[in-house]
Amino acid sequence: MNDPNAITPVQNPPEEKTFLDASELVINMGPQHPATHGVLRVILKLDGEKVLGLECVIGYLHRGVEKIAENRTYTMFNPYVDRMDYVAAVSNGLGYCEAVEKLLNAEAPPRAKYIRVILTELNRIASHQLWLGTHALDIGAMTPLFYTFRDREEILKIFEKYCGARLTTHAFRIGGCQYETYDGFEQDVRNFLDFFAPKISEYEELLTTNRIWVRRTKNVGVISGKDCIALGVTGPVLRASGVKWDLRKAQPYAAYKDFDFDIPVGENGDTYDRYLVRMEEMRQSMRIIRQAVDGLPEGPIMAKIPKVLKPPVGEIYHSIEAPKGELGYFIVSDGSTQPYRIRVRPPSFVNLQALDVMCRGALVADVIAVIGTLDIVLGEVDR
Amino acid sequence: MPEDPKPPDAPQSAQPAEPKPAAPAKPTPAAKPAAPVPVPWESPLAARLKEQFVSGVEPLTYLGQNYLQVDSVSLVPILQLLRDEQQFDYCVDITAVHYPKRERPFDLIWILYSFPHNQRLRVRAQFADGESAPTAVNLWPTANWLEREVFDMFGIRFEGHPDLKRILLPDGWKGHPLRKDYGILQQDQEWVQINLGIESGQ
Repeated sequence: MNDPNAITPVQNPPEEKTFLDASELVINMGPQHPATHGVLRVILKLDGEKVLGLECVIGYLHRGVEKIAENRTYTMFNPYVDRMDYVAAVSNGLGYCEAVEKLLNAEAPPRAKYIRVILTELNRIASHQLWLGTHALDIGAMTPLFYTFRDREEILKIFEKYCGARLTTHAFRIGGCQYETYDGFEQDVRNFLDFFAPKISEYEELLTTNRIWVRRTKNVGVISGKDCIALGVTGPVLRASGVKWDLRKAQPYAAYKDFDFDIPVGENGDTYDRYLVRMEEMRQSMRIIRQAVDGLPEGPIMAKIPKVLKPPVGEIYHSIEAPKGELGYFIVSDGSTQPYRIRVRPPSFVNLQALDVMCRGALVADVIAVIGTLDIVLGEVDR
Repeated sequence: MPEDPKPPDAPQSAQPAEPKPAAPAKPTPAAKPAAPVPVPWESPLAARLKEQFVSGVEPLTYLGQNYLQVDSVSLVPILQLLRDEQQFDYCVDITAVHYPKRERPFDLIWILYSFPHNQRLRVRAQFADGESAPTAVNLWPTANWLEREVFDMFGIRFEGHPDLKRILLPDGWKGHPLRKDYGILQQDQEWVQINLGIESGQ
């Protein structure tokens, strides 16, 4: 099997006779479908309107990020991670930089850590805003999309002023941050917080007690905390099922142990609870940002690390709480300038596996709601 | 990480022939501390495993992160024990690393987490080319897609997996990209020509 061109036997499952059964209908959804948030293909097995089971076909956006990493230096790979979860690029960068720092046995200076927290939390809000807008649009509420995109713009403006990019920001460097904050950064962030606080209430006014919204989300896509853990589901989905677990608290990284914030949890593990959890998470993120801006320490923003990075032989796993769940990096170093292996543990990929469990017995229309509530980004699923 | 607050550059003590610590870069500006090496991990769990599996398991710690080097015979009972007795109820990730020059070229790695203990642990085992690994789907259902990805990228088969097929690459793709002998510019030209009707441009 050493020949890379050796043909791998393709295992075709035995033909299922049930496909011809009149009571069961197989429908293909995607990969080009507006409600799949990218190029996700779902093969639905239906009995009338009821979903009996489904299979996800993924890989349409596969770019071989892990292979690319093996052929780049640690520094060169940094911008690539932004392209995985492209709506939360800052989180991706934070996870990667911290993982490499751990491997180097280095640590970013306090000021850099605070800047990282501010930007990461702003990005969490932006990511949740995008989720809310598109999720609501899928279910039929059009207005929130315009509201959230209008307000998300303010965050992207701060990113643009800070590092010149809006989406794939490449904001952090291994060892700290490349850029000092610009003049008026703190004021901009404070202005945003003041501007955004009433906006969350505005979203909630539109949705929380909206009868259509409640009917479309309550008791839809229910998953228990136990199932979440068994399926490796993390992030707001896990918390909405009643498991109070957030890596920012459980295993604090960056400067999170300096801040006071709560972890919102749900009870029922349905789409509505996940909505409430994410709304509250935005408020908690604002709390963190305010504390970080107020306490922003002076000092250097870059640790003393060599120009050419050659981490010692060894391996490390480091994970952070990305907006979608646990984002982990497993890095193996062979002592050279290029990583021997980088494995990304993407939250979206693992969470998507729960789609089947969450949709069984639901209606076709609910599949759309559940895909939205899982908040997947296909760039991260396929990498 | 609040796992094992061991200083990362603990004395280089009883470790046998570990791969030599990275040679220090040529002219190092600031004298850096000696590269850390894995040291034996001492804890009740490590002692417990050592007692039951003797030479089948080697508990180590590196940079404050604990892992078990396990031989493939004791792998299944150890995974079972970790989940059932030690409450490692969450399988974070399953992945592999390819070392083509080794006799058993694949390292399979299970990253586990315990919610009750807030503890992480990695289990690492070596496999030969063509050798099947045991599946963990019956222990952690999340292993399903993770193992499929390992199969897709490395060609390692998992014995007992309910639906082992490619996940990210198209069915019928040739080769397994994350093996070290699969070049970055190499593509499955034939697949591209047949399915997309274009020259792959590589």
